[in-house]
Amino acid sequence: MSEKRFLFSGFGGQGILFAGKFVAYKGLMDDKQVSWLPSYGPEMRGGTASCGVIVSDESVGSPIVSNPNILVAMNLPSLDKYEDSVESGGMIFADSSLIERKVKRDDVKVFYIPATRLARDNGVPTLANMIIVGKIMKELGEFEGDSLNAALKKVISAKHADMLEVNLKAMRLGAEY
Amino acid sequence: MADKVLMKGNEAIAEAAIRAGCRHYFGYPITPQTEVAAYMAKRMPKIEGGVFLQAESEISAINMVYGVAGAGFRVMTSSSSPGISLKQEGISYLAGSDLPALIVNVQRGGPGLGGIQPSQSDYFQATRGGGHGDYHLIVLAPASVQEMADLTIKAFDLSDKYRVPAMLLADGTMGQMMEPVELPDSVDTLKVEKPWAVTGTQKKREHNIVNSLYLAPEKLEQTNLERFERYKAIEENEALYEEFMMEDAEYCVVAYGITARVSKNAVIAAREQGIRVGMIRPITLWPFPKKAIADVTDKVKAFISVELSMGQMIEDVKLASSCKKPVYLCSRVGGVITTPEQVLETIKKTAGGNE
Amino acid sequence: MVVFEKPKSLTDAQFHYCPGCTHGIIHRLVAQAIDELGIEGKTVGVAPVGCAVMAYDYFACDMVEAAHGRAPAVATGLKRCMPENVIFTYQGDGDLASIGMAETVHAATRNENITIIFVNNAIYGMTGGQMAPTSLPGQVTQTSPYGRDVKTAGYPVRVSEMLATLEGPEFITRVAVNNVKNVKAAGAAIKKAFENQINGKGFSLVEVVSSCPTNWGKTPVDALKWLEENMLPYYPLGVYKDRSAEEGK
Repeated sequence: MSEKRFLFSGFGGQGILFAGKFVAYKGLMDDKQVSWLPSYGPEMRGGTASCGVIVSDESVGSPIVSNPNILVAMNLPSLDKYEDSVESGGMIFADSSLIERKVKRDDVKVFYIPATRLARDNGVPTLANMIIVGKIMKELGEFEGDSLNAALKKVISAKHADMLEVNLKAMRLGAEY
Repeated sequence: MADKVLMKGNEAIAEAAIRAGCRHYFGYPITPQTEVAAYMAKRMPKIEGGVFLQAESEISAINMVYGVAGAGFRVMTSSSSPGISLKQEGISYLAGSDLPALIVNVQRGGPGLGGIQPSQSDYFQATRGGGHGDYHLIVLAPASVQEMADLTIKAFDLSDKYRVPAMLLADGTMGQMMEPVELPDSVDTLKVEKPWAVTGTQKKREHNIVNSLYLAPEKLEQTNLERFERYKAIEENEALYEEFMMEDAEYCVVAYGITARVSKNAVIAAREQGIRVGMIRPITLWPFPKKAIADVTDKVKAFISVELSMGQMIEDVKLASSCKKPVYLCSRVGGVITTPEQVLETIKKTAGGNE
Repeated sequence: MVVFEKPKSLTDAQFHYCPGCTHGIIHRLVAQAIDELGIEGKTVGVAPVGCAVMAYDYFACDMVEAAHGRAPAVATGLKRCMPENVIFTYQGDGDLASIGMAETVHAATRNENITIIFVNNAIYGMTGGQMAPTSLPGQVTQTSPYGRDVKTAGYPVRVSEMLATLEGPEFITRVAVNNVKNVKAAGAAIKKAFENQINGKGFSLVEVVSSCPTNWGKTPVDALKWLEENMLPYYPLGVYKDRSAEEGK
């Protein structure tokens, strides 16, 4: 994949935008071209939230991710809405603690991670998003390296520096799942 | 090299404005540009002489801008389409009083209350003046977050240089998206003397008057003629555009802002299919890069105007090409954004129809 | 020997006001205050849209012509970028209390440190005598030819009383220029409104009840009589708010 087009989707409050921001910063740290575009408007308050992130070797044209090659679905409405848009050969990461059904597509690689349950069981209840991100990084072969830490430092403000370790813990949980 | 950071387009505007020496911001909340105000609210009180004020209305905000501009300071306001309509009175007064200022419009769908999703349907309003009277704004259309910052700085400079208010015409995607931005620590901005500013006479000079009222028609005519001399100089010197794959192009896509980003994908895809297509991206919408269009008119078979409106910029493309070649429209409206696939289809159809 | 002199803060331009109009007196009071306080060099005035639209030609300090009703917003901009300067607006009733009501109220509630001279003559003068937000019940104007009918046109606004209910403003007072005694009091109030600004006290508004012989269709003398008999009962003179005095400062 010379151009990774991520679509993160779920409920508002699940950290969808944050997860996207981390992936964008990770790309920036790896000297890639990146863009991050959130959905905005009333859906930010409780409904579905999504954001598209492009990480590319070339300069990014359209920042709108209409056919992702990596979809993160953190709830059922998101999977229902975006499953068909995933490029053939792409990947879908689904939070299987909130989505009971299986992905219908057979031309994509699917990863079921019970992220919400894992987060709760491991004392990081608000970080299901980062558990999935950890899994993505692992599958893309990007879990190792300095850029991961550097990106995390960028997205976590200095004020919340204590959150760094917990986020890493969550990502490790995902990577090792 | 300054550190590259990820910033929202709206935040990039605000930070660039501060670095360009703007210390006065007046605004009113409206989606999708509220981050500009929020950023200013956070930063301005921490800067010496920094003023952030949430006005009681868009109308008040633009008139506060008018006051500060009259005193000769760099000043700005930002809003989105319905709010910009409310500001038109004040913008007309700024133009009529020859005051420099920056107005940011992060467009959303209209007319009326419209929607909150991205649009480019304020093109006419921005490029034809917008309020009452004969006037223009210098209109800059960023197509990346980096340009949101760079063109903000440029807008202040051009506005000061010509005593013409400038507008940054963006849209919801440009405002909301994050991309890497590099902001120089110190911005090399234009410093112009403003002997006309109302800063108090200090009893050392005749009083200055900031005014757009001239009851004698001949005098009012004279101010218009003089202003249009400056507009002429702007048209001659300040038109900006970017060409993409135009060297051997038989078809020319014309698009600005977000639609230029979308169209770029389509142009690349069309090239892969053997269609010789390129793109001209106007960076200034007023002055419109007429010469760039005129220069390729004889070489291309057709133009395609890609825009998020029912066809507004297309008129400028037709004018600039003197209608010598067909100009087709590819658009979505109401907050829907054209896809690369739609643009590609239009390119293919245009190329097919002209074989 | 007493020599009658024109205040230095007025230019040599000849007023365009109608015979018997009180704008001339009020301009003079404002200019006198500026002279006495020695602030001409740092004062910036904001002219309205209305009869006083060309005040920018009459005051010798720097001047800005604002859009109709927007003077308090323009003055806010000026004051915020030049806190050491003295900023005043000069507005009529249509400008301040009708189209510019929002700007007025919000500048007041912010306690914006500016001085507002509000000339209330109960009519739109420049456009030829239409009903103003301060036109009295029953008052005949071009747009209330049968007299202001409060059932359809509502009641006149008492601006000073209304603004005095706000927590924000420093000083709200109503004066008149119908006789020598009142003119003197008006001059003192205007001067105080400028002093308040210089002392950083905040929003000060002086409402000046005045006459418009031309559009009222009266001689200057009869107009003053009408003012006394009709306007002053509805718009009582007095100090409506003076925070510093109330707080004993």
